[in-house]
Amino acid sequence: MSNELQTTPAREPEATGRSEGSSLRYAVPPVDVFEDEGSITLLADLPGVSRERLGVRVDGDNLVIEGTAEVPAPATIEMIYGEARLAAYRREFTLSRELDSSRIEAELKDGVLRLMIPKSEEARPRRVEVRVG
Amino acid sequence: MLQASFGPAADVFGELARLQGLLDQVFRPLDRSSIRGQAGTAFPVINVGTTPDTVEVMAIAPGLDPATLQVTVDRGLLVVAGERQGTVPEGREGLSVHLRERFAGSFRRVIGLPQEADPAKIDASYRDGILRITVAKRESSRPRRIEVH
Repeated sequence: MSNELQTTPAREPEATGRSEGSSLRYAVPPVDVFEDEGSITLLADLPGVSRERLGVRVDGDNLVIEGTAEVPAPATIEMIYGEARLAAYRREFTLSRELDSSRIEAELKDGVLRLMIPKSEEARPRRVEVRVG
Repeated sequence: MLQASFGPAADVFGELARLQGLLDQVFRPLDRSSIRGQAGTAFPVINVGTTPDTVEVMAIAPGLDPATLQVTVDRGLLVVAGERQGTVPEGREGLSVHLRERFAGSFRRVIGLPQEADPAKIDASYRDGILRITVAKRESSRPRRIEVH
């Protein structure tokens, strides 16, 4: 359940995973990850998750995104057709060393989490001057 | 309308998804479908339930601007259509894309409403990426208690 943030190819977004030591089933949210010179941006679909039910934490070089969906349904509802149940979401990523995990910015809007993980200053690309001797 | 009961078993969902695929084919003969088929790519994911007074449709559609969502009813068919913009910047120099799993593009889903639904009384709200559509049932179809004298 762990992805190398920069090198892993796309995985099945609909797959469900089982975390160690827990009987809870988690849905794996689909994500977009892209990188420019200064940072890596991650977007994750977490429908039904409000800010209070979302957890983003960094443990060493491990980034964990967890959330629980709240179903806005009346108590007397009887389901007649269902393609998916809203669930608990969880996905982990391995951060690489040049990322500055202390300055991650997170924003949750309309069920989409956006994380901006900046690179540390010394890891940014810079031009090396070549002197003509 | 589908009369299957809602159970916890996973294969029920598979069966229902297959049925919805069939319904989509029947109700969308003029639409072109994707060359790779519809399985697994349906966006938004839809759940339907009923209460004694209403029919509840829940479309799991994160990251949309509610103003661009089109919800229409026509002859007992509820249509949810719109477009989700891609969030990965295209063609920018120095940008590398590592994962691209989220749906992007236009979508259209058709749901057959049960006969007792009243298309004149529809309420739709969007919160945390979930579109919830509540269709009232006709007065005559609601359960009522009959007094015994």
